[in-house]
Amino acid sequence: MNSNSLVSISDISKDEILGLLEQARYFEENPNHKILDGKVVATLFFEPSTRTRLSFETAVNRLGGRVIGFSDASTTSSSKGETLKDTIKMVSNYVDLIIMRHYLEGAARYASEVTDTPVINAGDGANQHPTQTMLDLYSIYKTQGTLENLTITMVGDLKYGRTVHSLLMAMQYFNPTFRFVACKELEMPAEYKDFCDKNGIKYTEHTDFSADVINSSDIIYMTRVQRERFTDIMEYERVKNLYTLHNAMLDNSRDNLRILHPLPRVNEIDYDVDDNPKAYYFQQAQNGLYARQAIICKALGIEINK
Amino acid sequence: MSNKKELAVAALQNDTVIDHIPSSMLFKAVKLLGISQLHTHVTIGNNLSSSKLGTKGIIKVADVYFPEATLNRIALIAPTAKVNIIRDFEVVEKHPVVLPDTIVGLVKCGNPKCITNNEPMKTRFEVIDRSDVTIRCHYCGHSVESKDAVIE
Repeated sequence: MNSNSLVSISDISKDEILGLLEQARYFEENPNHKILDGKVVATLFFEPSTRTRLSFETAVNRLGGRVIGFSDASTTSSSKGETLKDTIKMVSNYVDLIIMRHYLEGAARYASEVTDTPVINAGDGANQHPTQTMLDLYSIYKTQGTLENLTITMVGDLKYGRTVHSLLMAMQYFNPTFRFVACKELEMPAEYKDFCDKNGIKYTEHTDFSADVINSSDIIYMTRVQRERFTDIMEYERVKNLYTLHNAMLDNSRDNLRILHPLPRVNEIDYDVDDNPKAYYFQQAQNGLYARQAIICKALGIEINK
Repeated sequence: MSNKKELAVAALQNDTVIDHIPSSMLFKAVKLLGISQLHTHVTIGNNLSSSKLGTKGIIKVADVYFPEATLNRIALIAPTAKVNIIRDFEVVEKHPVVLPDTIVGLVKCGNPKCITNNEPMKTRFEVIDRSDVTIRCHYCGHSVESKDAVIE
């Protein structure tokens, strides 16, 4: 096990989060920085995820490292029945860092326990995706100038959406106020509301995506409402358009408001929002590159001499 | 009177007795201790009257002293259980079972997409709430009240 591994956002402290944000800012100003010269990084994608993989591989390339790996488990020996442990052990012999995505929950934690090579979790099923959380935090930090005392509205699928759960946990250090906007079937699970209660985090729950909610927000974090989450298709048909953001809804919103979305979006943000300067989801994805550069350096124990 | 009750099952020389197991949990406790593998005398009683629990189960195992860690597995499903160690017909030790902080290789994770259900590996759970004995999978984060947990 390597203590530089990043499996869950809850593995890192407030200071480490702030340190990573500073590093991300540095990489945004200096994206090409050959500090991984001679390093080989594996990207093991047991489940395809083009966006995340390209972002990681771009990060390694811009840092001057080399990448090996696969983007689909069907081309690897795991399709012949090799265990995850054996695959990780084998790859560990070759590389300095493992970045992995897996369809099974807990896979990254287990991988980090069977090797001394640092492991970065690029998503394990519905469980954790800490680099997404870091890029969300960086996007909030960058657009608001701070992470402290913000009102963050989360909209859509709050039950299954791992990005909103991880963001909620990571924001615990920064005195946020949350507004949870979702239908009954997809409301924020009790364990996360308990987490808020225990940590003194303020929150309100809404089934209406109302003007009041929008106009009092600093950040609106939209998520996709997926049909397959519903046991009752009639219920899906009823709610699917209730949580769609249209440009006109932003007329009286705060100047500093920014709209985030982990992407891909389907119809939860109307295309007429894209040209609004408050739409931030495409830059948000770009911030993923800088956040991942910072995370890769931390996992490899590389200090940057600015 | 109470003495007569205690002797209702069998007289004991060198034994481990686990008493005050809720009736509904008795057979889970039997499984947890791995009693089916033993070759010494084993006496299992259930639905015995108990002033505290209503009805209770009891397990008596002759000539076997279990490691503390094994006995403490019982705490997972029966926090009320008491262990009596008997040597030469005398109770030399009597103590409640103690719930450990982590439980390794005992409980099956209820999440079919958990890595532990798909790899040859030991499960690992952390106790997150001692009042209702809620445990959480170290790997996938799935939590369950341990009375509902599936024993491997």
